[in-house]
Amino acid sequence: MNKFGFAPAKSRVIEYDSMHNQLLDYIIANEPSFSTCMSCGSCTATCSAGNLTDFNIRRLNIQIRHGELDGIRQEIDKCMLCGKCLLVCPRGINTRNAIMIIKKGIVNLGIE
Amino acid sequence: MIDVLIIGGGIAGMEAACTLHDLGFETLILEKEKQLGGHLRNWDTLFPTKRKASEVLEHYVKEIQQRGITVYLNTDVTSVKKQEDGTFELNTGREVQFKTKTVLMTTGYALFNAERKEEYGYKIYDNVITSADLEKILQTAKGELRSPSGNSIQSVAFVHCVGSRDEKSGNHYCSNVCCVTGVKQAIKMRQLLPEAQVFNFYMDLRMYGSGFEEMYREAQEQWHVQFIRGRLSEVAETIDKRLQLKAEDTLSARPLRMHVDLLVLLVGMESNKAAADFAQSCNLACAPSRFVQPKDFHIESNKTNVEGLFTAGTAIAPLSVFDTVNHAKAAALSVSEYLKKNN
Repeated sequence: MNKFGFAPAKSRVIEYDSMHNQLLDYIIANEPSFSTCMSCGSCTATCSAGNLTDFNIRRLNIQIRHGELDGIRQEIDKCMLCGKCLLVCPRGINTRNAIMIIKKGIVNLGIE
Repeated sequence: MIDVLIIGGGIAGMEAACTLHDLGFETLILEKEKQLGGHLRNWDTLFPTKRKASEVLEHYVKEIQQRGITVYLNTDVTSVKKQEDGTFELNTGREVQFKTKTVLMTTGYALFNAERKEEYGYKIYDNVITSADLEKILQTAKGELRSPSGNSIQSVAFVHCVGSRDEKSGNHYCSNVCCVTGVKQAIKMRQLLPEAQVFNFYMDLRMYGSGFEEMYREAQEQWHVQFIRGRLSEVAETIDKRLQLKAEDTLSARPLRMHVDLLVLLVGMESNKAAADFAQSCNLACAPSRFVQPKDFHIESNKTNVEGLFTAGTAIAPLSVFDTVNHAKAAALSVSEYLKKNN
């Protein structure tokens, strides 16, 4: 089709009304501590994967809350499960378990 | 028999003692240290006015002396026992036993021991100090301020919430006053070291009190203090005694690395050991934060679950000097009401 010209830009608005929160419900049901994040970023600061790739576990939490699940499978695979994030989290979130639950949730809920 | 026995001669104890004395009650203060004043004695300036803490302290000590209120120094209360007739018996490290109609517990707080946050390197790296250490340094500072290892200071970082809002430290609560203390100290560092860069690592800046937000703005506008939203994950020392900090700049969603010459940990408040001792000796109720639990947080915040045992100041929660003094004044009236009813 057309490779040039004008097209309506995709809205950048976060649509809270139509959020797809199945995955969030699944994570919180299996790892309730996930909901206590206050976005301090200690996890990302210490993250082995985050120092080398654009993986950002803190932002992932927010994206899941917003139902922004495009490419989540590839994103989650960047985590090396080293567990350093778990050691620094001031809210005591079991971040490594949350990652495992997300991996399971993606499969069980059929998210691409 | 004494009307009111006040445990703790900090600002709360002194304020309440003066008010109770003026209301006509026989009042006595027991202080565990060798002088009155509590933690305020180790503080240089107060927010948001930046006035000297010693001015406030001297005011209260003078008021106590003018009234001739009896003060026992070096007296550590070991137990508070309620008697069948509703009065109290207190045992101390001294030979004397005290009998009193009411007890006012103004035992204050304990500073969080920053050594417990090993990843920040307090007492491991020379140039990591606490906000309390900095106040002591500022009290006596003369000439150029240098880092503990003797280097000139080109950059300083403050870490907010050390030992507060932290499950790993066992403290879920916010210590209220560290945010504004961090801003106050950051301004001070810029004043003393005009060439130095100053950074504050925060999660949320809680400028709850009158004049606090204005001070935050002043720090940005006038002193160019740089605020970074992210919590430090770890600190390491370089070969030249500088400190390498790691955090996430959460607002740009990228990991951050920085080197500074001095790191200041803004330590929070914890419940004093006295609260635990009294909880044991007279079944005093404590909150999950381990601070004393007021009988009713809104209406009777000076009463405890033990009738006749009152409390004021930071024994119940982290409070500013402003809130502590007001809470102590209110406690005096609460004690007075009780004594009038029961005499």
